[in-house]
Amino acid sequence: MANQPNVTFGALGAGRAGPGMSDAMSGWLLSAPLMLVLAFFLILPIIMIVIVSFWGATEFSIYPAFQFDNYEFLLSSPVTYQVFLATIKYAIITWVCTLLIGFTIAYFLAFHIRTQTWQIILFLLCTIPFWTSNIIRMISWIPFLGRNGLANSALVGMGIVDQPVEWLLYSDFSVILAFVHLYTLFMVVPIFNTMMRIDRSLIEAAYDNGATGLQTLTNVIIPLTKPGIMIGSIFVVTLVMGDFITVRFMSGSQKANVGRLISNDIALLQYPSACATAVVLLVTVLLVIAVLLRFVDIRKEL
Amino acid sequence: MAKPAALELIKLTKSYGGTVAVDAIDQVIPDGTYTCLLGPSGCGKSSTLRMLAGHESVTSGDIVHKGANITDLPPARRGTAMMFQSYALFPHLSVVDNVAFSLKMKGVEKAKRQKEARELLELVDMSAYGERLPDQLSGGQQQRVALARALITRPSILLLDEPLSALDPFLRIRMRTELKRLQRELGISFIHVTHSQDEALALADHIIVMNRGKIEQDGPPQEVFDAPRTEFVARFIGGHNILGGSGNRKLAVRTDRMTIATQSSAGAIPASVVAVEYLGTIVNVTVETAQAGELTVSVGDTAYFHKPVEIGQSVFLTWKAEDAHQLAA
Repeated sequence: MANQPNVTFGALGAGRAGPGMSDAMSGWLLSAPLMLVLAFFLILPIIMIVIVSFWGATEFSIYPAFQFDNYEFLLSSPVTYQVFLATIKYAIITWVCTLLIGFTIAYFLAFHIRTQTWQIILFLLCTIPFWTSNIIRMISWIPFLGRNGLANSALVGMGIVDQPVEWLLYSDFSVILAFVHLYTLFMVVPIFNTMMRIDRSLIEAAYDNGATGLQTLTNVIIPLTKPGIMIGSIFVVTLVMGDFITVRFMSGSQKANVGRLISNDIALLQYPSACATAVVLLVTVLLVIAVLLRFVDIRKEL
Repeated sequence: MAKPAALELIKLTKSYGGTVAVDAIDQVIPDGTYTCLLGPSGCGKSSTLRMLAGHESVTSGDIVHKGANITDLPPARRGTAMMFQSYALFPHLSVVDNVAFSLKMKGVEKAKRQKEARELLELVDMSAYGERLPDQLSGGQQQRVALARALITRPSILLLDEPLSALDPFLRIRMRTELKRLQRELGISFIHVTHSQDEALALADHIIVMNRGKIEQDGPPQEVFDAPRTEFVARFIGGHNILGGSGNRKLAVRTDRMTIATQSSAGAIPASVVAVEYLGTIVNVTVETAQAGELTVSVGDTAYFHKPVEIGQSVFLTWKAEDAHQLAA
């Protein structure tokens, strides 16, 4: 575009007063504010992190350098692999759970609720938990799941178990439960949004062509909902992989993920090492997104 | 009747809450005919079609097809297929896969269903576009694909919901011819919902005019046009002047059966010219009369330019007694 001759005003230019601006130029100017914001608040910090990740550190000091010590230590430690594996495990399990729950909720809202008023009411109902902070929603699980919490009291009271169940709290279960609770809505919103844009006559056309309910779901609704599923998946996967506070609270500091690795380094003022871990995490997350994007062309679908 | 009725609607009723969309209609639609359901929007024609297709539940009454009651059968088991107003092609599937969709649902293997789909595409003259996505086709092409997809189920009745309304006027007339040709070739029934009387007159063997959930008149197009039974039909089908505010029986006279004279004669209505509209082969002269308000007279162009009238000119309207047609009260 930039090197194309400006033909728009070519014919009219002679009779026009005032300067004409080329399309390319006005395009750049229009996108400049957002570009500046992104450059200052996204690109620059990431560049800083990458630079610091090559710095050196001792117990009491940080010094600028260009060395691979941080990466060497990170990539040679078995702890790193365990923690990355745990992070990916959390991401996958949470993704599957939020996808199943989120798709079901969105499907129900989009196709089984007949009036738009009720769709909006029920949709807003889903967002009510977001009126409080993440931490409060997370912590509120603790009295429920604890050794003498509501869940265990109920289970023991109903005679389903003799002993209080230990794995309810401070376990992988509680971590994933909190993740699913916190992030399912991020799956519901984009899926619901794409489902609402599916032409209802397509569903009728499917029935008219002899498709059963299940066949309509797999042959029409799911393929057409794919962009929403992808956007929701990106939200959930990146949120879970970058999280550290949920893992810390819900596992009672007994489980680790990459976020906690970084947060521990920062607590110990080991910034270069924290940066190196952050860079590896960033690359991992970008790879996951790249893989997801291979399944669907988001630009086309938006 | 020689042939058994293909499709019979018996006291068919649809109500949404308190409002009645289709009010206990009785109708017989013979085999292998092109039938148009004609009426203004909200007259119940689309609801009727959707009930026939099985996409709308029937409030009361029955639909009988070849002697079997199909009122509560699912859409795919009634021997009908529907072509949707917006075509409803699956945007994620290629043209061939769209057409082969119903065969895929039946579990027909891929090679076989694609072969059959290509035959159908041939029928609608779309075989060159098999690999395209619906988005890459024009409106007329999408419609042909939708037609092929509906026909692959081998229906004995094809239901068309305002099939031509999304096309531009030129294409509309071309597709109209094509629909008629297909119907003749396939020999199955087409039931076509439209609000355009031109379309209905051009296509149908049988027109059913609906208004407010009831059937106002049904019959061959010539009969409906020549002898509208009610004032509603006369006004809706167009080309008629309604006369006679006195008495309770009104008269309808076709606009092209009225003549304009400059001299008064016995029984002529005095009028003054309000507007002249030149339409090529005919000229529509709008006149204002004291007795019957505004009327239109269609004059052939040769006759008109032989003796043109001017706006504001006083004229006299006459017609033959046999052209005046009594309407039901």
